[in-house]
Amino acid sequence: MNQLTQIQGLLPVLPEIVLACGAMFLLMVGVSIYQSERSAGIVNAWCVVLLVLAAVCVLLVPAGRTVMFGGSFVVDDYARFLKLLAITGSAGALLLSLNYLKVDKQQKFEYGVLFLLSTLGMMMLISAADLIALYLGLELMSLPLYVVAASNRDSVRSTEAGLKYFVLGALSSGMLLYGASLIYGFTGTVNFAGIAKATASGASIGLIFGLVFLFAGFCFKISAVPFHMWTPDVYEGAPTPVTAFFAAAPKVAGIAIFVRATVVAFPSITHEWQQIVVFVSIASMALGAFAAIGQKNIKRLMAYSSIGHMGFALVGLAAGTPEGVQGVLVYMSIYVAMTLGTFACILSMRRDGMLVENISDLSGLARTHPTMAFFFAMLLFSLAGIPPLAGFFAKFYVFLAAIKAGLFVLAVIGVLTSVVGAFYYLTIVKIMYFDEPVRGFQSMPSLLRLVLCAAGLINMLFFAYPAPLLDAATVAAKSLF
Amino acid sequence: MNWPILSVVTFLPLLGALFITFVRGNDNLAKGTARWVAMWTTLVTFAISLVLVARFDPSSAEFQFSEKHPWLGVASYHMGVDGISLPFVILTTALMPICILASWSSIQKRVKEYMIAFLVLETLMVGTFSALDLVLFYLFFEGGLIPMFLIIGVWGGQRRVYASFKFFLYTLAGSVLMLLAIMAMYWDAGTTDIPALMRHGFPLGLQKWAWLAFFASFAVKMPMWPVHTWLPDAHVEAPTAGSVILAAILLKMGGYGFIRFSLPMFPSASHDFAPLIFTLSVVAIVYTSLVALMQEDVKKLIAYSSVAHMGFVTMGIFAATSQGVAGGIFQMISHGIVSGALFLCVGVVYDRMHTREIAAYGGLVNRMPVYAVIFMVFTLANVGLPGTSGFVGEFLTLIGTFKNNIAVATIATFGVILSAAYALWLYRKMIFGTLKPSLEGIKDIGWREAIIFTPLVVLTILFGVAPKPVLDMSAASVAQLLDNYNHAITAASKLAVLAP
Repeated sequence: MNQLTQIQGLLPVLPEIVLACGAMFLLMVGVSIYQSERSAGIVNAWCVVLLVLAAVCVLLVPAGRTVMFGGSFVVDDYARFLKLLAITGSAGALLLSLNYLKVDKQQKFEYGVLFLLSTLGMMMLISAADLIALYLGLELMSLPLYVVAASNRDSVRSTEAGLKYFVLGALSSGMLLYGASLIYGFTGTVNFAGIAKATASGASIGLIFGLVFLFAGFCFKISAVPFHMWTPDVYEGAPTPVTAFFAAAPKVAGIAIFVRATVVAFPSITHEWQQIVVFVSIASMALGAFAAIGQKNIKRLMAYSSIGHMGFALVGLAAGTPEGVQGVLVYMSIYVAMTLGTFACILSMRRDGMLVENISDLSGLARTHPTMAFFFAMLLFSLAGIPPLAGFFAKFYVFLAAIKAGLFVLAVIGVLTSVVGAFYYLTIVKIMYFDEPVRGFQSMPSLLRLVLCAAGLINMLFFAYPAPLLDAATVAAKSLF
Repeated sequence: MNWPILSVVTFLPLLGALFITFVRGNDNLAKGTARWVAMWTTLVTFAISLVLVARFDPSSAEFQFSEKHPWLGVASYHMGVDGISLPFVILTTALMPICILASWSSIQKRVKEYMIAFLVLETLMVGTFSALDLVLFYLFFEGGLIPMFLIIGVWGGQRRVYASFKFFLYTLAGSVLMLLAIMAMYWDAGTTDIPALMRHGFPLGLQKWAWLAFFASFAVKMPMWPVHTWLPDAHVEAPTAGSVILAAILLKMGGYGFIRFSLPMFPSASHDFAPLIFTLSVVAIVYTSLVALMQEDVKKLIAYSSVAHMGFVTMGIFAATSQGVAGGIFQMISHGIVSGALFLCVGVVYDRMHTREIAAYGGLVNRMPVYAVIFMVFTLANVGLPGTSGFVGEFLTLIGTFKNNIAVATIATFGVILSAAYALWLYRKMIFGTLKPSLEGIKDIGWREAIIFTPLVVLTILFGVAPKPVLDMSAASVAQLLDNYNHAITAASKLAVLAP
């Protein structure tokens, strides 16, 4: 009887348990049946199924707030919302990978399993309620990422990307750990709620130091300026579906813990961290907008675009209010949909069996592949934040919160950089619609079509029925305050 | 019967666009289907919008045909029209079939996409004028950029890329600041519902900033000097129907915005900033008229004359007298018809000769007598000759401004003379003189072009002789608007006296 209640007590971590056990099982299956590329493909396909299963488990977990494992793991509406989002990002990226792995002869069963383990890390990170759990989750998320970045072993660029990511990632983890130890030293606790209590009467200079280092680690993970340097190189070097994964899922988890740690652990020293977030946000938006203009490679461009988008998401955090957190959640949801759709297009840029990556290769796409061009253009307008597409609402909610919090300078700079950003998205639309067509691409694989259509329709029809996402985000944001 | 008539008018074109996407193939049959679907959709939309007129009660200043549904939490889906917005809705739905007809044979490549872009644009334009929620308004207002960007960029002339980017980025840059102001208004008033915001009464500081933000957006859209430079480029490069829509409807969104938002929501700020508007308007009237005199490109000349005419509109609106505002609305409707028709006139000769250079034409009256007559009607309306619709608008705005500021009105009156100078000069150059050898074989307008021009000529003269229907439609709403405005100003000045 006692054991039964103990097992029942583990119910809130069911998604993580399913994912962890499933990943290890699939690893063993992969090792034992690994004879052909085909069997590896089957393992990777099962990884998608497992992710869907984990998502179902997240939905099944009893509602309300549960704190577990001595206060280091928390399951609340906020965690549920973001876990679903991270799983969606991972599953979407994995779906995008399946065809690529088959065609490019990269079929390895470890690929999908690494995605699973990384996703598991993200889910732990999202639920982390103290600095130790935070670090564990962060490392579990990051280590598989370093490996998949270099998964194309024979390519110099891919290996370089993996190595670069690993070295810089290790450095940032070190900084984060140093910050965490400082915070522990000055507050005497690693628990977020405990830290909040200890800082209720203000912060010492040592704690601020710790906070800055902690933020440096977070900023690295979400590739916010000034810790963004790795992003363009890694995005360009990594295999394209891996880039899609980098752009979608880890960013969700990174933002999730950034928001949770900041809002839950340091609520009474808002003034201290707000200026840091405002600076990071402005710098990211501006760099993302200006540096993307000169890019010729579409993956590099997406890297700068994602830097800019993280800046916009941080606008909501800078507000530090429930509205702001709601804005961040809406932003990230729409961002994941837009990113997956965009990468579905990028992965369809295939000529003579080879992926091409130059923006100029899209020339005249509107005439060679009208449907793909239409969806791609709508996604780009959405990334630029033009109504009535979903990207507009994403920006709308974060800026709404910033205005309420009185961050007018941030808001004005933010919207102006979005105009600059619109320029390079328009450039791609121009190349697709106004320029003369070049040789068309190979026809789009059905899985990519599926992802593109889903993302494109969400993106275009969001305005018609926004209530479910908005309500869920409101509930999720409330659970932090 | 109680059906959501306004939503039907707004979204019917979108339905037509959706239908065209399912038309397969790119042969002549598909092209024809796309054209006919677009034509019928716009005609039916126009017919339904006439039901709006028939059922509209001009004696009431309230918003009619209201529909309200919860939507974003922050904002709701609230539609409705009053005497100020209804004329613009009708202008839009009436011009659309004409635009489709004008593109019938001149657009030959990517016809399907072209028709879709126009139908989507119609939805967004009608929505802009009938939205009664600020966020909804912004959605329609900004959404129009996408189809217009594609129309200029895909079907435009030589420098279409430059023009389309300039159009898009200029307008976007102006509008994003308005979006921030909308948010600030939301936090102050707790709603983005337009009728509620009109009653709200914003604090003075917020009024000033919000007024400036809205001004940034509408001044670019209008366009007012000195942010008008995108307009000549966009007009010159856009295909004929694109120019018509741009001149006739998109520009009017700026003026509509001033009347709908700036005056009623920020009365004190409008009062304080009126000198700024007057200055810019007068500069626009005189300076752009002078610039128009120097143009070598027909479309550019008409574009600059549009800027000058919009100067009268802003001047009239911010004079904040009943003649001024009513004149502003009338001038916008009249300019919508006249400038649209002028661009269509240019389109007629452009389709035949493929050049817009004024110097390339001369003596057209010898070969195209009917065309010469039609062109004359619109040239004279553009000049503001009594008996044409152009006169009524200019006259009313000038009277309205005289009451308020004699100096401004006097200078603006000189602008009328300048407009006569460039318009008549253009007419003489193109229509009279000796026939250019290259024009020997040019043909007079055909039956399709005759169908296009007939309603426009009739309306131009009808509104010139009997402007009452339009003025009556908006009279009650304008009266109420100014009533509230004057109340607010008096209250504000009393406060200023009381304050130490």
